Amino acid sequence: MSALLSLRDIWVEYGDKIVLEKVNLDIETGSFVSIIGPSGAGKSSLLRVVLGQEVPSRGTILLDGTPLTPECGPDRGVVFQRYSVFPHLSALQNTIFGLECAKAPFAGRLFGHARRAARAEAEEMLDAVGLRDSMHLYPAQMSGGMQQRLAIAQALIKQPRILLLDEPFGALDPGIRADMHVLITRLWRDYSLTIIMVTHDIREAFSLGTRVLALDKRRHDPHAPHRFGATAVYDLPLRDRSEPAASEESDAPDESERNEEERTDHE
Amino acid sequence: MRWVNRHARRSERIFWGSLPILLLVLLYLFIAAQRHAANPLDKILPLPGSMATAMAALLFQPDPLTGQLVFWADTLASLQRLGLGLGIATLSALVVGLVLGVLPPVRATFGPLVTAVAVIPPIALLPILFIALGLGETAKVALIVIGIAPVMMRDIAAHVAALPREQIIKAQTLGASSWQIMIRVALPQAMPRLLHAVRLSLGPAWVFLISAEAIASDVGLGYRIFLVRRYLSMDVIIPYVAWIAILAILMDVALTFASQWLYPWAHGERH
Repeated sequence: MSALLSLRDIWVEYGDKIVLEKVNLDIETGSFVSIIGPSGAGKSSLLRVVLGQEVPSRGTILLDGTPLTPECGPDRGVVFQRYSVFPHLSALQNTIFGLECAKAPFAGRLFGHARRAARAEAEEMLDAVGLRDSMHLYPAQMSGGMQQRLAIAQALIKQPRILLLDEPFGALDPGIRADMHVLITRLWRDYSLTIIMVTHDIREAFSLGTRVLALDKRRHDPHAPHRFGATAVYDLPLRDRSEPAASEESDAPDESERNEEERTDHE
Repeated sequence: MRWVNRHARRSERIFWGSLPILLLVLLYLFIAAQRHAANPLDKILPLPGSMATAMAALLFQPDPLTGQLVFWADTLASLQRLGLGLGIATLSALVVGLVLGVLPPVRATFGPLVTAVAVIPPIALLPILFIALGLGETAKVALIVIGIAPVMMRDIAAHVAALPREQIIKAQTLGASSWQIMIRVALPQAMPRLLHAVRLSLGPAWVFLISAEAIASDVGLGYRIFLVRRYLSMDVIIPYVAWIAILAILMDVALTFASQWLYPWAHGERH
């Protein structure tokens, strides 16, 4: 399989604190990669590096074989846990925003025919995330789940090569979270997305992902704990997911998880 | 029931809100009447009747020298200066605040300058303004602008810089350039804050206006107050001060309503 995204020997350091060390990863087109790990293991740092928000202190990142510029761009979409949508724009305006940026470099707004076309596209996108009836609401009038749906629609309209999710469902209550799992699985399949998701929820990581990466420190110096960084200690390819997500939600991941950990432990 | 849970109804709020004001007015009338009982020619605390007589002359009788209705000429002149000063300050605060808030290199370069200007007491600059710009309108408007603009600039810049980092990142992943982030993300979110900053600057703006008029002017609300002070004309000063208060309240209310009407998303769930 061709690697869409390659990380080569990535190090992230803040001063003398090493957060990530020697991360080597290849992420294939169409995969759904879950990243788990204890707090402070650099999950979010890794995501920020891929996003371009942060420059790694060493190493290169290749997207389709070309090195990434150290800046965010429309080839990588993102959904954060919070603050991903613009509070001053309605759902529809939030979704059109990405199209307007591309087509109206100076005014930042579209008019007439171009606007109608963009609006139709945005409405279709909102329909896909189940927000067609709420497209004139402002984010403050929406629930947390609806805001995350909007954030996903907003990102997907740019057709990013990779969608990055930073604990996207962490702040939602369990019922809403299950709905969001169904939604993201459907979107991932329908739009053939490549997704990297950082999560605290191990169950979520295994039920959604086609591959689970566990970040942690390989070595630990008790006198200088900050001098060793985290890296991918487990890299678990899960079975090819062709059956619907709902059935996977129900089976307990504990056993398969443990087996696969043992199997890949020596890698 | 705890006091923190006692919320007055709308009609009650009007009653309770006006009560202290009415009491103060009554207290004034009581003391003024007492003084007039002792000395019918007392000028320090005039009765409403003498205030009405004095104001009627300024309101309805043209000034023999200039042919103008003094009160209205004063009001117009003052509002013109205030409006120009507030307008220029608001516009520059918006532009400078946005640029400082959004673009880190500009903030690094000009942030300290804005801070330095903001800490200079504007009244201390008044002689410089009078020397450099003369005693005309320009110096008075300039005093208002210099007095309030730096504070507003800092406020808007801080507000824009404090927008969640996630929003700025998200906008970039949607393909927005620096310019687009400035006009589509930062500008609309700075506007309610700007109206708020104007409201808070109204007080200082009036202070600088009255100061400038008191020192060098031939028309204006502040000029009139300081002119008639020489004759102990409290019957003119008190109505003028009340009029200034009414004008300031009207501006404040207008700005509040404008913000709620133009930017409903910034005012909670009520939209």
